[in-house]
Amino acid sequence: MTSSFVILSAAKNLKKEIVLTMSIIITLIPLFPMLGALINGLFGNLLNRRLVGRIACGSVALSFIFSIVAFVRLLGLPHELRSFTINLYPWFSGVGDFNVPVGFLLDPLSCVMVLVVSGVGFLIHVYSIGYMREDPSYPRYFAYLNLFMFSMLILVLANNFLLMFVGWEAVGLCSYLLIGFWYEKKKASDAGKKAFIVNRIGDFGFILGILLIFVTFGTLNFDEVFRKSGELLINGGIIPTLITLLLFVGATGKSAQIPLYTWLPDAMEGPTPVSALIHAATMVTAGVYMVARTHVLFLLAPISMNVVVIIGLATAIYAASIGLVQNDIKRVLAYSTISQLGYMFLAVGLGAFSNGIFHLMTHAFFKALLFLGAGSVIHSLGGEQDMRKMGGLKKHMPVTYWTFVIAALAISGIIPFAGFFSKDAILFSAWEEGNPIIWALAVTAAFMTAFYIFRLVFLTFMGKPRVEPHALHHLHESPRIMTVPLIVLAGLSTIGGFVGISVIKGGNIFGSFLEGVFGGHHVEEVSHISLSFELLMMLFCMAVSAAGIGLAYLMYVKRPDLPGKVAWTFKAIYNILFNKYYVDELYDKLFVKPAWFGSLFLWKGVDVRVIDGAVNGVGNSAMGIGKALRTLQSGYTRRYAVYMVLGTVLIIGWIIWFR
Amino acid sequence: MVPLSYYLIVSGVLFGIGVIGVLVRREAVIIFLSIELMLSAVNLSLVAFSRFSGSLDGQALALLVMAVAAGEAAVGLAIMISLFRNKGTLDIDEINLLKG
Repeated sequence: MTSSFVILSAAKNLKKEIVLTMSIIITLIPLFPMLGALINGLFGNLLNRRLVGRIACGSVALSFIFSIVAFVRLLGLPHELRSFTINLYPWFSGVGDFNVPVGFLLDPLSCVMVLVVSGVGFLIHVYSIGYMREDPSYPRYFAYLNLFMFSMLILVLANNFLLMFVGWEAVGLCSYLLIGFWYEKKKASDAGKKAFIVNRIGDFGFILGILLIFVTFGTLNFDEVFRKSGELLINGGIIPTLITLLLFVGATGKSAQIPLYTWLPDAMEGPTPVSALIHAATMVTAGVYMVARTHVLFLLAPISMNVVVIIGLATAIYAASIGLVQNDIKRVLAYSTISQLGYMFLAVGLGAFSNGIFHLMTHAFFKALLFLGAGSVIHSLGGEQDMRKMGGLKKHMPVTYWTFVIAALAISGIIPFAGFFSKDAILFSAWEEGNPIIWALAVTAAFMTAFYIFRLVFLTFMGKPRVEPHALHHLHESPRIMTVPLIVLAGLSTIGGFVGISVIKGGNIFGSFLEGVFGGHHVEEVSHISLSFELLMMLFCMAVSAAGIGLAYLMYVKRPDLPGKVAWTFKAIYNILFNKYYVDELYDKLFVKPAWFGSLFLWKGVDVRVIDGAVNGVGNSAMGIGKALRTLQSGYTRRYAVYMVLGTVLIIGWIIWFR
Repeated sequence: MVPLSYYLIVSGVLFGIGVIGVLVRREAVIIFLSIELMLSAVNLSLVAFSRFSGSLDGQALALLVMAVAAGEAAVGLAIMISLFRNKGTLDIDEINLLKG
């Protein structure tokens, strides 16, 4: 590591020029958003708004273009050469064995992530120009958003655990800043704090995992760790289990899984494009990415894999059930996100890593679209988020309506929309790698997903308008700058799934692209399940989703009196769901309140009494002594003379009698 | 020849009068004179010791004291004039600006 620009590559026999251009391209990908963040952050207030928006979008657009270039170049190479490592400079070096470079790794997995992050990110940046048009802190918003893009790209491109952790923390910071973007609202700044603190718990696990990895392997480099893991770790041993469980704690924090999911619904206080970008499409999927990235370690720890499956499945069902009854449009989507992330963890926990990443990608498309559509609705209603005060918006905002329906069909898993293929792939691996119970629970979650998302569609866009009168007359379709990203995302949500058709042999292009990373032990493998059975299962799953949609149609369009009756009949269950299983209250009692009282004791007891007491005591005693001494200085000269004489006499007396 | 102790007794008595003068009088000029008296008492004992021990150190010291006393008189009287101009009195009980 003597020169500052060392290029390593698995492809030693590649031409030098190819490696060099590739490394320049990879370096440029995160560079542009960083420059954008710097310019908008430092000089944003001096520039005019159009320019701020253009810099922000332009920087991400450039990243996206370079990502595509990198992707195309990667495609042009044979499978086994599709991995580039660039060490930009040594970050820690010469500190004992502790050598950590700032380096990037581009392989099919990080390439997919970079494409999703910069592509969806670009669309959301464009949408933000329209959505945030009237906001006074426009440059600050775009500076944060660009900083987020930079951090997220660092996270996915990092070639070692420590740099990944840097990105991991930086996206957490941006999430905090953007949730609390309207910090003058107390709820928003509280939500930001909650997100930050809950994430910190997860990050604590993550960093312990990293430390354990370093202690075990003596390096933090992905390649080296994975290479050494075969010889240093025992399959199913305690060390790999511990490492992966600690890493997974980090993942549960960032990806809002049980038990650390409570921050995500509150995070909806941020601007809606932020919810779409950070809390739906990109940042919250970092946990899934991390598990997929470290799959070599996870495969050595069957116990951890089971934990991932259980947590993922539980979260998928749990969050979906809460989503059934919420009335805030963004909260329904937030619980939906948590539930879908649970799906992804289910997939990666079952060892179907490429299916998990596939669902991550399609989810990024349709969930970003759902959030942006919801943002468009909220924008048009002047900030209203309560679905009980919507309805009948279909004719007022047709573009939003149709794109939203496409996204809803996609998340429900209706053919041919993107979600169908990815969800089906996960359900299929639940059957094949797991067992029928896991499959049945996953199907139940799919049913609930279809129901709540169409409940949202029907409540918002159909039926009689329940819009407040003052908002009614300025109902409008959003401007073009907001609808165009919606249309593009709708297109992606429609066709995005066709890259991963697993039924047809050779149809899973996505899976085979990732094969080089995940070893391909589950892709294209001829399973023991016959094709006809697989098709039957697909049809069944779609029928279940369709039933969910039908039920929502019956309850919210045909018979609008039904939901109230059902809620009344099953009052206890309804209340539990409506109050989100009282988990927030439980956490409040279990963790927040004790911490609060502990802090109160430390404040009133220790700080005020002991520490302030000591400091003030020193001051007070000095003052008391001064008070006593000042009586000596009476202002009568003759009294001073007496003191002098007395002093002299005492000294002389002492000299005479005691010396 | 008068023994040394007589000189010392006179010196002690003069010094005592000076001390009492400083302690009991309020008029700054009188206090000043009392201080001069104490200095003279000390001079007397210095000269007496010098005479009886045969060393001239004591007399030299007495001359030094006289010089210092002259300087002190000059500065002290100047201060007193200034005080009198400002306060209209030389009663030192009235002059208590530095009272704590």
